[in-house]
Amino acid sequence: MSRIPLPYNPKVMDLFRNPKNLGKMEDATVVAVAGNPACGDMITFYLKIDEVKQVIEKATFESYGCAANIATSSIVTELIKGLTLEVAWKDITWKKVTEEIGGLPSVKFHCGVLAVGALKRAIRQYFSQKGLENPSWLPKEHTFEEKQALEEEELAKTLSKRLKPEAEKK
Amino acid sequence: MVENVKELLKLHEGITHEVYLDNENSSIVPKDVVEAMIPYYNKVAYGNPTLTHKPGWEAFEVIMNSFQKIANFMGAKILEEITFTPSETEANNLAIMGSCFAQKTKGKKIIISEIEPINVLQVAEMMEKFGFSTTKIPVNQEGFVDLEKLKEAVDNETILVSISSVNNELGTIQPIKEAVDIVKSKNPQTLFHTDASDAYGRIPFNAQKLNVDLATVGSYKIQGPRGMGAMYLREGINMERILEGQIGTQKLWPGVENTPLIVGFTKASELAFENFNDNIMKMRTLRDKLVDGIFNELDDLRFNGPTGEKRSPDNANISILRCEGEALTIELSLKGIYVSSGSACSRRLLQPSHVLVAIGRRFSEAHGSILMKTTRSHTEEDIACVLEVLPTAVKRIRGIVGSTGTD
Repeated sequence: MSRIPLPYNPKVMDLFRNPKNLGKMEDATVVAVAGNPACGDMITFYLKIDEVKQVIEKATFESYGCAANIATSSIVTELIKGLTLEVAWKDITWKKVTEEIGGLPSVKFHCGVLAVGALKRAIRQYFSQKGLENPSWLPKEHTFEEKQALEEEELAKTLSKRLKPEAEKK
Repeated sequence: MVENVKELLKLHEGITHEVYLDNENSSIVPKDVVEAMIPYYNKVAYGNPTLTHKPGWEAFEVIMNSFQKIANFMGAKILEEITFTPSETEANNLAIMGSCFAQKTKGKKIIISEIEPINVLQVAEMMEKFGFSTTKIPVNQEGFVDLEKLKEAVDNETILVSISSVNNELGTIQPIKEAVDIVKSKNPQTLFHTDASDAYGRIPFNAQKLNVDLATVGSYKIQGPRGMGAMYLREGINMERILEGQIGTQKLWPGVENTPLIVGFTKASELAFENFNDNIMKMRTLRDKLVDGIFNELDDLRFNGPTGEKRSPDNANISILRCEGEALTIELSLKGIYVSSGSACSRRLLQPSHVLVAIGRRFSEAHGSILMKTTRSHTEEDIACVLEVLPTAVKRIRGIVGSTGTD
């Protein structure tokens, strides 16, 4: 219930005003969602993958979230374009995303974490949905960003359970 | 990150019409209020009102006149029942802590509603550290306190009940007189406090007629200067100070009286009350135009709180589905419209407004809510400007949300 001043930097504001790669992709190879509207924070990534080369040809996003959420999602779609799945997995961390965006207010770090969590989930999902064997670079254990996304979703569930019964009916 | 702000502000260049509707969180102080305050900084009454010289006596005179005027506006019997504090936050802290500490031998139970403002809710919860317990009474979907549950909750241990006269987020006008009667019939010793910050200047309010023991108001909520509030404490009720220091004209709040702010608050009160009916008619007319206009332009909306006579005339609270609140407040700001949102997108644990959750709104509805309050200073042109800008802003944010964000 605390409020914190949020002086977003010009890069965040630019991507908030003119997000890149926005919108649903009809022919996406894989679609991954992270977050929950209950947290006011939710991202969908659509990836078009060259399945022979395992390269991300194109990425788009939709975001139910604040300016930081929109901007970090947007920058992730730009950063991963043309990368192999392996490089995208290894190089795109929440720290890199935060740096690329010119820094975020500390309370908004989780937006970058969630965006990367959604990306990692999408890559993992690609292999499981296609029935492919996991490559050696893909760890069995969830990464920090994936764990954070799960934690936020768990939190949303817990919070929703506390809602009044009337709310569920509406 | 201060350097970012310069760039942020630059993005606002070229705005031709600004409309400030975030009167929940601060307000524009009208010119005549500012002008009334200025002489008291360096021309007259700049002394300490307890000291024996001309500037001190001048200050004493003007402060006493202000006590009397605020006492009249709040429906107090005598001016000694009023204490000036630096805003309604301090007034609520004083009212709750001060009365509980003074009554601690009579009992340990505090009762509040689920939808009290933070400066009541968190103070009451904090009192648990001192051995008091806090019971929260639920509200219905319009934000009205469940009077049956209130009746059940009041017992011999109950020393204080605190329920706002008008909820600050929903505009719900609580049946305070009825609540007071219920509480006093169960336990005549129980004190009744009401935060009247959102009632003062908007609905008829009279502490004596309501039979409340304590009432608090804030200055900026009636377009007075920030940093000023007042507490009414019925004559004869025991109260402890919560701060210590040099006592001057008021025994419950130490420190040198802030004469210019007291004058500004008094002037703002006079302006609010001298044409009371016209003022509230204006607020209501503009608020209704705003709400009707938004509902005509957009779909998937929820109106939060009651309608008609049960709602404060200034308050508009609308949940915009498939639209995240923080993003919308920024989008609107870039177009010169300033509102606040129930979205709590500024925390790691993202809990939205406790008030909206208490009336049964889903989290996604609360995150997409905006709160706007009209004042007598707004114009028809202001509302027209908002209605021109807001639908486009919502459509852009909804475009980013797309199919995401429906639960």
